[in-house]
Amino acid sequence: MDIHDAHEYLLRFLNELSIHFQRVPGSAIFLRYVKASYQNDPVRSAVELFLLLFFVRYLLAPKYSTQKQNYVQLSDEVGSVKTTIREIDELVEDWTPEPLVSPQTAFEEAENEKHPVIVGSDNFGSPTGPKSKLNNGRTVMNLASYNFYNFLANEMIKEKAIQTLRTYGVGPCGPPGFYGTQDVHVKTEADIAAFLGAPACIVYAQAFSTISSVIPAFSKRGDIIVADRAVNYAIRKGIQISRSTVRWYEHNDMEDLERVLAKITKEQAKKPLTRRFIVAEGIFENVGDVVDLPKIIELKLRYKFRLILDETWSFGVLGRSGRGVTEQQNVDASEVDFLVGSLAGPLCAGGGFCAGSDEIVEHQRISASAYTYSAALPAMLATTASESLSLLQSNPDIITQLRENAKAMRAQLDPRSDWVICTSAAENPIMLLVLKPEIIASRELSTGEQDRLLQDIVDETLANGVLITRVKHMPPPLHATPKEIGWQLQPALKVCITTGLSRKEIEKAGITIRHAITKVMTRKR
Amino acid sequence: MPRPTNPFASTSPSSTTPSLPVKNEKGSSRRQSTSKANKIVQFFSTSPKSKSLDGSLSATSALLAAAQQQALISPSPQISSASLSLPTISLSTATADNLAMDTPPTTLFQPPSPAEARRIAKQHAQFGPLGHQSHRYVSKCMDDDFPEPVMDEPPYYYLLTTYISYLILIIFGHVRDFFGKRFREENYRHLKARNGYAPLNSDFDNFYVRRLKMRINDCFSRPVTGVPGRYITLIDRQSDDHNLHFQLTGTTTETLNMSSYNYLGFAQSEGPCADAVEEAVRKYGMSTCSPRGDVGTSDLHVEVEELVARFVGKPSAMVFSMGFGTNATAFPALVGKGCLIISDELNHASIRFGARLSGAMIEMFKHNDMKDLERLLREVISQGQPRTHRPWRKILVVVEGLYSMEGTMCNLPGILALKKKYKFNLFVDEAHSIGALGPKGRGVCNYFGVDTAEVDILMGTLTKSFGANGGYIAGDKAVIDKLRVTNAGTIYAESPTPPVLMQISTALRIITGEVVPGQGEERLQRLAFNSRYLRLGLKRLGFIVYGHDDSPIIPLLLYNPAKMPAFSHEMLRRKISVVVVGYPATPLVSSRARFCVSAAHTKDDLDRLLVGCDEIGNVLQLKFSSGVAGGAEPLSEGVPMEKGKTPNNEGRNGANIPARPPRWAIHDVLNSGVQDVKSPLR
Ligand SMILES: Cc1ncc(COP(=O)(O)O)c(C=O)c1O
Repeated sequence: MDIHDAHEYLLRFLNELSIHFQRVPGSAIFLRYVKASYQNDPVRSAVELFLLLFFVRYLLAPKYSTQKQNYVQLSDEVGSVKTTIREIDELVEDWTPEPLVSPQTAFEEAENEKHPVIVGSDNFGSPTGPKSKLNNGRTVMNLASYNFYNFLANEMIKEKAIQTLRTYGVGPCGPPGFYGTQDVHVKTEADIAAFLGAPACIVYAQAFSTISSVIPAFSKRGDIIVADRAVNYAIRKGIQISRSTVRWYEHNDMEDLERVLAKITKEQAKKPLTRRFIVAEGIFENVGDVVDLPKIIELKLRYKFRLILDETWSFGVLGRSGRGVTEQQNVDASEVDFLVGSLAGPLCAGGGFCAGSDEIVEHQRISASAYTYSAALPAMLATTASESLSLLQSNPDIITQLRENAKAMRAQLDPRSDWVICTSAAENPIMLLVLKPEIIASRELSTGEQDRLLQDIVDETLANGVLITRVKHMPPPLHATPKEIGWQLQPALKVCITTGLSRKEIEKAGITIRHAITKVMTRKR
Repeated sequence: MPRPTNPFASTSPSSTTPSLPVKNEKGSSRRQSTSKANKIVQFFSTSPKSKSLDGSLSATSALLAAAQQQALISPSPQISSASLSLPTISLSTATADNLAMDTPPTTLFQPPSPAEARRIAKQHAQFGPLGHQSHRYVSKCMDDDFPEPVMDEPPYYYLLTTYISYLILIIFGHVRDFFGKRFREENYRHLKARNGYAPLNSDFDNFYVRRLKMRINDCFSRPVTGVPGRYITLIDRQSDDHNLHFQLTGTTTETLNMSSYNYLGFAQSEGPCADAVEEAVRKYGMSTCSPRGDVGTSDLHVEVEELVARFVGKPSAMVFSMGFGTNATAFPALVGKGCLIISDELNHASIRFGARLSGAMIEMFKHNDMKDLERLLREVISQGQPRTHRPWRKILVVVEGLYSMEGTMCNLPGILALKKKYKFNLFVDEAHSIGALGPKGRGVCNYFGVDTAEVDILMGTLTKSFGANGGYIAGDKAVIDKLRVTNAGTIYAESPTPPVLMQISTALRIITGEVVPGQGEERLQRLAFNSRYLRLGLKRLGFIVYGHDDSPIIPLLLYNPAKMPAFSHEMLRRKISVVVVGYPATPLVSSRARFCVSAAHTKDDLDRLLVGCDEIGNVLQLKFSSGVAGGAEPLSEGVPMEKGKTPNNEGRNGANIPARPPRWAIHDVLNSGVQDVKSPLR
């Protein structure tokens, strides 16, 4: 619309307005009043009027107070408590804060102490490669890092990264909005979108922070989120920041999901329409199993929810060519409204992404905190991600090989071990091994005790030359009540498969792990 | 590679020549002279890029021309004498030529080979050579009591027009919406409920973006390529549909970079940092593919953490892969229910994000206002927790060292005085101040000469001064050890990558003088000089700038929303890229342009910027300072400057000297800036 048109419209609009205005009873009096009080200065009146209108509009706008309501009570009582200056001084004097952090527990101390430190070395191409040298001088098989395809040791990727370094330096020194968007970021975004078959994509500087920012960028107070009970920590934090109403459904239980959706739809039928989201993971970080995507898509379409799918652990892993759950379960990626993934895992680069429609992606560029208020991803990591993606696309064989290796490892542990079972799906190269329920029941093991047992297994395995880890989890929020803590994950061992090791080596490592488990579990207590 | 190093390093085309016309011709032909200067700059600055065709030729001739010009026109004496008599300057200059140190310089004016000239041009596009030894200063708090910066205000007339501009923009927006919704329904469909889905963006929330930001969208998210050093290369784009979509035109523009947080100029694709990074990539690969909590810790991480701890002056430190994420995960590990976070109202989004995640109560105090902070402290401590009135478990006061939109530093001495009395814990986010402040670049504590033990947690990012990425937290060993096992950033988030770590460690070693001795010091001192020089210049020209004198972040107030795009475009026309920010990142009235000074800038770059600002300021009527904030005419001969007191400060309260609006002529600003920067600014 050009100015001329606008002008015309405006005139017409004003004309119409004045006609309507004159019809309102009392308008003449009002007009006289305005004229009198403003000495017939129409511009001034107009400005004031608009200011007033704007003010009214502002007042009527929904408020998002950042302060808790009970604060008002507090300040109310300032008067009634009537503390004089001296009394306040005394109170200040008396107040002793707790120490900033509580002392470490023995377990935490041991963990800090025993933490494996990998040493860079030129022998194996890369320290986190399939064999890693530790700072105690030993070389161990690394089955703990997400280097599934051993892209870490890939010379082509390194060369490409160094080339990028020599043209872009390391950091982009600024957020994307302020000259931090480099052409390599644009290319990586396009590469990922094309790989997934999504319309658009946005790259964040850290995978972990991606979903915590994506959720609150769209879901606000009053909106509804339905989430799987077992979703990972980052999703939980995203939900918490969004201040939306959240309902949980039982882990991977589609019937329960449907029940929750139906209930919400019924409850909300008479209320104004709000945004509604389902949040799930492709592969669940805490359990290792895979989502039932077609069913969720069906439900989300039926109940008119949008789907936020965290593919952090499935992108680059599932499907014939690593495109994730959508490929594995024959769902079109564009059916998933928000597809969040990581470039820091199997792609061996850094950063995270969110793919979706243009509208969704562009909105994040100005309202997702971790994107808007943080420096962009280093160019080297962006080009590495692009390079790994194209490697993955051109060698689908490595994915098959990875699954072969996973199968070989699984054969050594589940069902062969008497003590643990694997909760991960067969295609998941991260094998989560939990203690069998009957053992936990018969020995009455608490979560803490399980953690300790599993840590002993990790130590024992390491002593035999195989580096694995266990699922680390956040301690409950400080001073939180049990109800606030909610769902608790089950302690598990984490064994990550890689194509960097031969099948023989994997089997050998599997035997080592199994023996270590047996040794620790049969140890006299 | 044998090459004649020194003389040409400091007579580099893009650095010295632009200022020559400005210096030699006086005020009258100002406009003409700068446009000439600009042309020269354009010529030189684009030459490295056109190398595929005739780059080598033009670069050589450029250098030759520069040399000749230098010899013929007799440039400003200080520069030529410096470059001739002190040929070692460029060795300490952070331009990666420590390798070339072993080849002795040959005759002075032998032109370098074309390849060599290109290399030097590229180097200098990332990091300008030091023009003169006098262009250095030590960043340090000189006063015993830290002066609050004086906030100047424009005449009410400007505030009123600003409000009216917004009103008009809003009215126009609504009018356009009114008709648009009737005649161009398809453009508004995404704002309405569709087949049972609520719109992703509410119409109301989206109004600002749609009707106000969209107008100036071409000033944001400009795509760039190459190193964001002294110069930055923009990828040109244009829009046919009022900034809704952009098309790349296929060309690039090299501009003076006043926008990146490259304080110490470590954004470089060559030199000791880049060389070390390359080696790290070969040795460690690109990633560790694991969170720190699992097996994502390498010897490099341990080393960098030790370096960071030593640098900031704390017993222990840990590093993360993102600065935003550092804050987002730090607070939940430190405070929780029953605790209170007292936060400066202008704290960064990441601090708010983390604070909200922690579950603690949050209170805010007025920006940098110690009285307000004390009032709040007395109130909360005496009241205790809401409802129960139980005493707070902990109170954590959170401030930033240097505020990225205001250019103000936190009043650390003031806060520490309160801390002694009120026993709270103190968290300082040094995202912008680390590396950028203090005689040794160690942040606000260093700047104020305060013992770091007095601050409980020092957090910072590695994104800015170090040209890397990520963040750190430093504190006592017990605190950090506890955080290591209770912090989501170590348990879940990816660990920092080896190339990034190597960049950090090399940059830190350069700053401390462990590698390439002298270079780190030069970077720090150049940054301090540049910051003060530019700020003083802008004040004298009559602009309202915010912030403290030593801060490298210099916001120039524009007020009127329409002046944001105008300023940005005019600057771009002069090949200078600046950041403009308005509501909601700032209060509604105080839209501003923000300059981030870097050690990579030369004095001539800043002169170029000042000349640009002078011209644009006249055209756009931006010079409305009243003089209360400094930039005054020199006192008459012999009157000593009262230390620690700006005479104008009193003038504001109607006493003594009434503040006269400073409106210096540009050549006076450029001529006297270098000496005046060294004395207390007024
Ligand atoms: C005060 C403050 N904290 C944290 C950050 C976030 O740092 P990063 O860009 O490394 O994510 C910033 C960056 O803008 C900042 O200004």
